[in-house]
Amino acid sequence: MTKDRFTIVGRPLPKIDAWGKVTGDTKYADDLVLPRMAYGKLLRSAHAHARITAIDTTRARALAGVYGVITGADLPRVKFGILPVSQDEEALCVDKVRMVGDAIAAVAAVDEETAERACELIDVTYEPLPSLMSMEDALAHPEVRIHEYGDGPNVHKNVSLQFGDVDAALAASHLVREDVFYFEGNTHLPMEQHAAVAQWAADGRLTLWSSTQTPHYVHRLLTKILDVPGAHVRVIATPVGGGFGGKLDPFAHEIAACQLSKLTGRPVKIALTREEVFYVHRGRHPVLMWIKTGFTNDGDITGCHLKTWLDGGAYGSYGVASTFYTGVINPVTYKIPVYKFEGARVFTNKPPCGPKRGHGTPQPRFALECQLDKAAEQLGLDPADMRRRIVADPFTKTANHLTVTTIGLGECIDKVVEASQWRAKRPAFAKGVVVGDRGLGERRRKGIGIACSAYMTGAGTAIYWNNMPHSGVVLRADRSGGVAILCGATDIGQGSDSILAYLPAEVLGIEPKDVHVHPADTSLTPVDLGSYSSRVTLMCGMAAIQAATRLRRAIAEAVAKKLEISVDRLAFRDRKVGDPDDWEKAVPFAQAVELGEAMHGVLAFPGAYAPPKRAGKYKGGGVGPSPCYSYSACVVELTVDEETAEIHLDDVWIAHDIGRALNPLLVEGQVEGSIYMGIGEALMEAQVFRHDLHKAPSLLDYKSPTTLETPPIHTILVETDDPEGPFGAKEAGQGPLLPVIPAIANAIYNAVGVRVDEIPITPDKVLKGLDLKRQGKSARIGPERIPLFKFKEPLVVESAFGQPLDAIAVRPFADAQS
Amino acid sequence: MKIRLELTVNEETREVLVAPHKTLLEVLREDLGLTGTKHGCELGECGTCTVLVDGAPVLSCLALPAELQGRAIATVEGMAGGGQLHPLQQAFAELGAAQCGYCTPGVLLTAQSLLSERPTPTREEIREALAGNLCRCTGYTKILDAVELASLRMAEVAR
Ligand code: FES
Ligand code: FES
Repeated sequence: MTKDRFTIVGRPLPKIDAWGKVTGDTKYADDLVLPRMAYGKLLRSAHAHARITAIDTTRARALAGVYGVITGADLPRVKFGILPVSQDEEALCVDKVRMVGDAIAAVAAVDEETAERACELIDVTYEPLPSLMSMEDALAHPEVRIHEYGDGPNVHKNVSLQFGDVDAALAASHLVREDVFYFEGNTHLPMEQHAAVAQWAADGRLTLWSSTQTPHYVHRLLTKILDVPGAHVRVIATPVGGGFGGKLDPFAHEIAACQLSKLTGRPVKIALTREEVFYVHRGRHPVLMWIKTGFTNDGDITGCHLKTWLDGGAYGSYGVASTFYTGVINPVTYKIPVYKFEGARVFTNKPPCGPKRGHGTPQPRFALECQLDKAAEQLGLDPADMRRRIVADPFTKTANHLTVTTIGLGECIDKVVEASQWRAKRPAFAKGVVVGDRGLGERRRKGIGIACSAYMTGAGTAIYWNNMPHSGVVLRADRSGGVAILCGATDIGQGSDSILAYLPAEVLGIEPKDVHVHPADTSLTPVDLGSYSSRVTLMCGMAAIQAATRLRRAIAEAVAKKLEISVDRLAFRDRKVGDPDDWEKAVPFAQAVELGEAMHGVLAFPGAYAPPKRAGKYKGGGVGPSPCYSYSACVVELTVDEETAEIHLDDVWIAHDIGRALNPLLVEGQVEGSIYMGIGEALMEAQVFRHDLHKAPSLLDYKSPTTLETPPIHTILVETDDPEGPFGAKEAGQGPLLPVIPAIANAIYNAVGVRVDEIPITPDKVLKGLDLKRQGKSARIGPERIPLFKFKEPLVVESAFGQPLDAIAVRPFADAQS
Repeated sequence: MKIRLELTVNEETREVLVAPHKTLLEVLREDLGLTGTKHGCELGECGTCTVLVDGAPVLSCLALPAELQGRAIATVEGMAGGGQLHPLQQAFAELGAAQCGYCTPGVLLTAQSLLSERPTPTREEIREALAGNLCRCTGYTKILDAVELASLRMAEVAR
C-alpha cells in the first residue's frame, strides 16, 4: 500500500455513527433507563467560602420516596484531583466549601422532584469565610487561605523558565514592545449536560455509564475515591453530546451516583441541570498577560518574555498543565531564538477552570498575535508578510526544547492571503474605504485582520507518570469477514469511532461498514487516555494501523501459502486478497480470514502507541512536547458600525495544516466548529461573577453565537504528510480555534483604529475606544496594570532554538517494519 | 394526582397517565420512551428539545401535553418512513452535519418544518429558521449545507 493509493483515507465519508445520530437512536447517558433506577440530586453550596459546622439529613431521609442520603462522611476521606500534584477535591465537601456550587450531600429518590425536595430538607450550618472573587483579592489576602497547599498563599503554581539570555537579546533589538492583555474566562457549554448512571451490583462490582471524555482516568480515580478494587469497576463512556474539555475531570455527580447505588441497592442516575454545568465549569482560565518582545527592523523576533497570571478558581483540576500551556506553545509557531516565561495560577472562590479547547494557549496566542500586529505597524511591514518571514523552520527544536516536525504555516498564510484578497483589501480598508456592494451606510467601516497559530497533536506525556501505551487497540477478524476493533477512545462528536473504522479498513482493503467499533469500555477495551489534547486520531490511529498491519500480515501469510505465491505479491482491496496481476484468483476477505484462522488460530492482534520520548531535559519539560504540531492561518473580514460599535463578521478564511486529511469532511467540521467557538469567545462569551454568583448561568444570559452571528467560514486544508502521524495526519480539533480571536481584534483595529487588548471584545469597549479616538487620545482599551507578584527565580536552560531534531527519538511499542 | 391523556405522536395514538405539570419533553422521554428528543436547558433557550406540533416547531420543554391532545406531535423517531430516511436525515449524515449529534433532532425537525413551508429556501432563510437552535460543535456550516442539499433533492423528486 503506497500513500497515493488510498481507498478510504482522503474520502469525505459519513461518520459511522451518523445514522444513529440523525434518527435519534444514539443513547446518551441521560437516555439510559435501568429497572428500579433511582434518580439522584446533589445539594450544592450557596456560599462561596465557608466552614461547614453541621449537616443534618434527618428531615430529608424521612421524606416519602427517598431511598438514600449521603454526605462526605459516607465516603472514604480521601482527596482527589485529575493531576497527581493537585489532590484537592472532595466529591462531597466535609469541612469546608470553596465555591458556590460545591457539592455537600446527595439524595437518591423515586424521581428527580422528590430528590430535589429532599435536598431542600438537608440542614447545613455554615460559618462564612471571606470570599476571594478575583486574583487581586486572593493575592492581597494571604491570611485567607483557600487551600493549604501550593506555591504560596492562594498561589497554586508559580513557574519561571528561561531559555537563553533574553535581556541581552531585547537590549540589542531595533524595536522592543511591551504590552498587557487580558482574556476573560468562558465555558465549554456542551449542548448535553453531564449525566451518569451507576450500578453497584449485588456481586459487589460497579458499573458507571457517564458522559465523560476520559473513562480511563475516571476508572483510575474511582478506585481511589471509593476505595474499591479497580478490577471490580467498569466505566463506560456513553456517546458524549459535546465535550470541548468540560467532561475531563472526575465529577461529584459520578461519585455520588456510585455511592448512592451501593447504599440503595439500585441503579442511580444523576443528570446535571444547565445551571449546575455552568458551576461545574473547568473552562477557559481568565488570564492576564504581560508580553515583551524584541524585533529587528525587518520584523524578525530577537527574543520574547511572557508573564501570565491565571485565575484558577477553587480547585487545581488541570491547572498546573494549564499554567505551563500559557507559556510553552507560542515558540512553536515563529522563530523565537531566546525565550523567558513566568506564570502563576491563583486560587479564587469561583468554579475551577481547566482545559477548554486550546487549553491554556488561546490567551497567549491572542497576546502574541496582537502584539505582532502592533509591531508590524511600527516597522512599516505588512502583518501577513512579517509573519510569513518569521515562520519557524521544520524539523528543528524551539528555544524551549520542543521538537517540531512538518510546518505548513507558510503555505497556510499564502492561501488565506490569496483567498481573502488581503493585498487589495487591507490598504483599502485602512484608508477607511468601504469596498464591496453590501449597501453599507456611511457609518460602517470595513476591516481585515490576520493571525496564525500552532497546536499539539496529543500531549507527549500522560497525566500520571508511566511507561505504558497512551493508546491501545485489539483488532479481531471473524470468519464472516467482519472485523472488530476494541479501543478505549471516546467519541465526543469529533469522529474517533469513525477513524477507528477507516484506518483498519484502509489497511485491510475492506469497507468501514465491515468494521465493528467497540469504544470506551474499561472492562473490554485497551486503555486510551482520553479525548483531550487533540491526541485521539494520532494515537489511536497509530495503534489501529499497527494492529491492522499485524492482522494483514497473518492473513497474507495464509493466503500466500494457498495461492502459492510470495507474501509481498499480495494486495488487499475491494474485500479481496490476491495478486494484482492475477486478480481473478484473489480470495474474498472472509475466506482469507478463514485461511488465516486455520493457520494461526484466533486472529486477534493488539496495537499500541506511545509518543516519541522527546521531553526537554529540565523540570517542566514534560508539558508541551507532542509528536507533531498543526498550524493555522486565519483572515477575518468584518464591519464595525462607528456609532453603535456593533461588530458584524463578514467572512472568515482559515487555512489549516492538517498533515493529511483522513476524512476531509470531518476535518472541515472540526475547523468550522473551532472557528465558531473562537468567535463566541472573541465577541461575547464570558464566565463572570457578581457577589459570589455566576452572572449568567443560563443559555439566555450566557450569549453564544447562533446561526445569525456565525459568518461564512472558508476552510482550506493544507497537507504536509507528517512522518509522526497516522498516514501523515495531524490534529484539527483545537488549533483552528486560536487564530480567529486575534484576527478579529486585528481586523477591528484595521476598521476603526481601536485596539481592544481584552477578550471578549464587546461593543461597549469599542465604543469607549472610539470616544478616546475622537478626543485625540490613544484608542486602546485593555488592562493598565499587572499585579505586584514575585515569580520564582527562573530555571535557566540553554536555548535549543534552531537545533536539528534528535536523530533517534525512541518511540516505544513501534514495530521495526511498520 | 395524575391525569390520563391521549397523545398522537408520530401518527400513533398512545395513552399515558401523567402528573399534569409534566412537560411534553418529560412525557416523550420518560413515559413514551422516545429519548430521541433531547434537552439543553429545559427553559426554552436552546432549541434542543424541538418537536413538531401540527407541523410547526414547538419547544417541548415548555409545552404541556394536556393541551396537545388531538394534535399531531412529531419527533425525530418519526422522520424516517417505511425504512427510508428523510432526505434531511440522509443529507445530515452524508455531509457531517451531526458531530456530537445532540442538537441534531431539534435541528432536523426545525428544518423539516421550514422545508414544508418553503421547499427551496435561500441560505439566509435557512439561517433565520435555525437561529433558535444552538449547536456548539459544527459552526452551523455543514448544517446549512445539509439543509440546502436536502431541499434540492426533495425539489428534484417533486418535479
Ligand atoms: S431544552 Fe427546551 S429549549 Fe432548551
Ligand atoms: S452537533 Fe453537537 S451540538 Fe450540534
